[in-house]
Amino acid sequence: MSGSEFVPLSLTPMLIGLFAAVACALPGNYLVLRRQALIGDAISHVVLPGIVVAFLLTGMVATWPMMLGAAGAAVLAVALIEGVRRLGRIEPGAAMGVVFTSMFAAGVLLLEQSDTSSVHLDVEHALYGNLESLIWLDATGWASVIDPEALAGLPPELMRMAVTLVGVGLFIALFWRALKISTFDEGFARTLGIRTGVLGLGLVIVAAVAAVAAFDAVGSIIVIAMFICPPAAARLMTDRLERQIGWSVVFAALAAVLGYVLAGYGPLWLGGQDAVSAAGMIATVAGLILALAARFGPCRKRAGAPAV
Amino acid sequence: MLAEALLLGLGYNATLVTVGAALLGIAAGITGTFLFLRKRALVSDAISHSTLPGVGLAFILMVAFGGEGRNLIGLMAGSALSAWAGLLCLGWLVRNTRLAEDAAIGAVLSVFFGFGIVLLTVIQTMSSGRQAGLESFLLGSTTGMLWNDAVVIATGGALVLAVVALLHRPMTLVAFDPEYAAARGVDTHRIDLAMMGLVMAVTVIGLKIVGLILIVALLIIPPVAARFWSERAGTVALLAGAMGGIAGYVGAAVSATAPKLPTGPIIVLTAFALFAVSLFLAPSRGVLAALLRHLWFQRRVHLRQGLLALAQGQPIYERLTLRLLRRAGLVRSDGVATEAGRARAAKALRDEKRWEVVRRDLAHEAAAALYDGLRDIETVLTADQIAEIDRQIGPPTGVTA
Amino acid sequence: MLELASNKGERSADPALDTSPLAIRGLTVSYGQKPAVFSVDMTVRPGRMTAIIGPNGAGKSTLLKAALGIVKPLSGQVRVFGQPLDAMRARIAYVPQRASVDWDFPTRVIDVVMMGLYRELGLLGRVLGRHRARALDCLDRVGMKDFALRQIGQLSGGQQQRVFLARALAQGADLYLLDEPFAGVDAATEKAIISVLKGLRAEGKTVVVVHHDLATVRDYFDDVFLIATRKVAEGPVETTFTAETLQATYGGRLATAQVDQLSQALG
Repeated sequence: MSGSEFVPLSLTPMLIGLFAAVACALPGNYLVLRRQALIGDAISHVVLPGIVVAFLLTGMVATWPMMLGAAGAAVLAVALIEGVRRLGRIEPGAAMGVVFTSMFAAGVLLLEQSDTSSVHLDVEHALYGNLESLIWLDATGWASVIDPEALAGLPPELMRMAVTLVGVGLFIALFWRALKISTFDEGFARTLGIRTGVLGLGLVIVAAVAAVAAFDAVGSIIVIAMFICPPAAARLMTDRLERQIGWSVVFAALAAVLGYVLAGYGPLWLGGQDAVSAAGMIATVAGLILALAARFGPCRKRAGAPAV
Repeated sequence: MLAEALLLGLGYNATLVTVGAALLGIAAGITGTFLFLRKRALVSDAISHSTLPGVGLAFILMVAFGGEGRNLIGLMAGSALSAWAGLLCLGWLVRNTRLAEDAAIGAVLSVFFGFGIVLLTVIQTMSSGRQAGLESFLLGSTTGMLWNDAVVIATGGALVLAVVALLHRPMTLVAFDPEYAAARGVDTHRIDLAMMGLVMAVTVIGLKIVGLILIVALLIIPPVAARFWSERAGTVALLAGAMGGIAGYVGAAVSATAPKLPTGPIIVLTAFALFAVSLFLAPSRGVLAALLRHLWFQRRVHLRQGLLALAQGQPIYERLTLRLLRRAGLVRSDGVATEAGRARAAKALRDEKRWEVVRRDLAHEAAAALYDGLRDIETVLTADQIAEIDRQIGPPTGVTA
Repeated sequence: MLELASNKGERSADPALDTSPLAIRGLTVSYGQKPAVFSVDMTVRPGRMTAIIGPNGAGKSTLLKAALGIVKPLSGQVRVFGQPLDAMRARIAYVPQRASVDWDFPTRVIDVVMMGLYRELGLLGRVLGRHRARALDCLDRVGMKDFALRQIGQLSGGQQQRVFLARALAQGADLYLLDEPFAGVDAATEKAIISVLKGLRAEGKTVVVVHHDLATVRDYFDDVFLIATRKVAEGPVETTFTAETLQATYGGRLATAQVDQLSQALG
């Protein structure tokens, strides 16, 4: 395939998918280790109502209001889940189920009720994104990568996703040690003076920001695959957190690139004419990677500690 | 219009759908109760998302064999098969790897859903697939539903309900105490399978009305709401069924009144309203009741600690304690005990000594187990017993409240 | 949450508050509507080993957790070396119950011990050779040096407990709080732990242990603190650890096995 076709049509969606997958996989490692994988599920569902409310308040589809709306919805969801769990003495899974389905339903209802015909915001788009549409029309070939004029025409989602990835990476790097200790032994972390509650909430907010940034690219459900599959597969490859995070980044990147390529070119190879959903294919590839790790990963089994 | 809808006055189809939704709600509420009591509520999320590839594959197959791709029974069969596959994957991951159930649920639901989306885009490119309308399975839609589909849904809801009614006794037993159930000769594994089968049936039947993303709400919210009102599994299940039925009925009816009221979300939000009312207002487990109890309890703790400190001449550091004592007229504003305060303090100290005797005496073991630092000793022992204890302690006797 | 005495006059009425490694006054903690710990005063004496003793569910662990700020008390105050808890975190080391964490966590023994250096390293401080050497030294003191690079899930219960102790040693604290360190461990581990704790005492450190085995109290500890939701007694083992106080602590619930242990322990 030539640069004149690849660069404008495939480079940017592939990069956006890649950044999105890695940005979600990083906090996903901690969600999986903290047995909070389904918080990722809850967050990704409530991104929709957050964005819809932000749209209704501002009347436009713009980056910052949407980010704020979604992060706010995530914090609200976590607060509600904690509230239902503690006040109602309900087990966390059920509390999540109550909160995120209700918020998602409210989001869908609001979206249907409001007039969004003029803007690019509809339920299907919210559910499975539209990675393929994030193309770079100003590019003519590889030369455009260093052409300032063409670079100005990059889809804004690319920049947004890149900034989000850097932010998520910084959070993980900065609080690396504190996150590790409080994930392993929360009580001990508190005696060291680590504010475990604030840190846990910070993690959720970071995950929410990653989810909303990735939302455009892959939609709200497939974000869950990015949160969970690469870290879960990575956990089965190694017994060290540092390496687990490394593996999760590799798996996320692999799923994004391979998924995009298979979605775009796979049907052509099979004699079809039209591409299939890239986001769906990325999730499928992530699932296949997890399946392989679960079958062959060197650390797939629990280390059986002898009793006493 | 709304009144007409609620009174089933919007035509045969709407009526049948509303009745079907109500039956489905009842079945979902009761089935969900057992799932909830087994602490596996979110397994239903994996099941429901796993239906999507089955819907897509069934459509493709039916078209490939020259049939009508939108045949609801065919689509339901496909979705049931793929939900079963999802459940198998989930079980395999949990048993054979170190992954916890939550991670496995998230992985299964998102990957199956993603693959389903791939299939939907394949279908969109098929000549017969342009107007397949399979997207309606995501969020549910009752507009333009065929008479046959409505019959299938109503019949399905009634069937699931009948099975639930048949199995509710062993399911209650297993949900409450699986080991005891096994000892009683109940095959817990088979009952668990039946429970998952029912969850799948509810999901599959609910796909068309509520949609696969929100059907879990119908399985989770009514049981959680019902739990606030009762401590008994059977009652919770019946209440959950009632709430699910109301949510299904009201939701389907309301949504039939206008085009921009999608059925699934309305049903879920109706259920959520029932939940919110339960959370705040339920008599013993509700938030309002708990808050009042907590304030009352905190007051008792501080008063008691304050009285004991007074009796032993220790300083009282906490402002809340002092304020409560002052308000009760037990100390003066300068912190010195009033006459009533001294009497109550002496009684509190005396009770502590009595409790010590009670706790040391094997004969009072049952009473001693009730000690929590707050309980009035008169509530657990008779006047004669207290007099006997006072004899052991010695003077001063006759300290009363 | 943990209020200071508001004026100087009140404080001097209770000098132990200013000097004791750990002083607790009027502490009440409740889970739901039932107090787990009710109006407890405790004064730990410096340079000694204190056992917190009481029946199951008597609030032993809760007392420790409230002293460390892990659970929030309903009322009461805690002073560590005469200061509020937060100012003295660097001087406290805590060994939680072994079962309180997920040992499947992807990390190695040495990494767990390094967690004890958190206050020293801070968020981003680089791990240097001397940090690593100190962690290894702490592992050596509990006899686990050879296991430094093992994955923690591969350890036995006793080994896990020793790793937790090594982590506390790495904190280099003056006050050590241990929650049931001898529960379900093998004899070799118990011996290793007690010798480390006695070593700490010899260095002038203060050790507080939630303990359940009445038979070893006399051998291991200097002071006892008997608790059954309320404080029952507190003081040196010789004068405080008596049949009478134990009866008051365990009440009618003192099982026959414990009575046997007890008669052995009391000689």
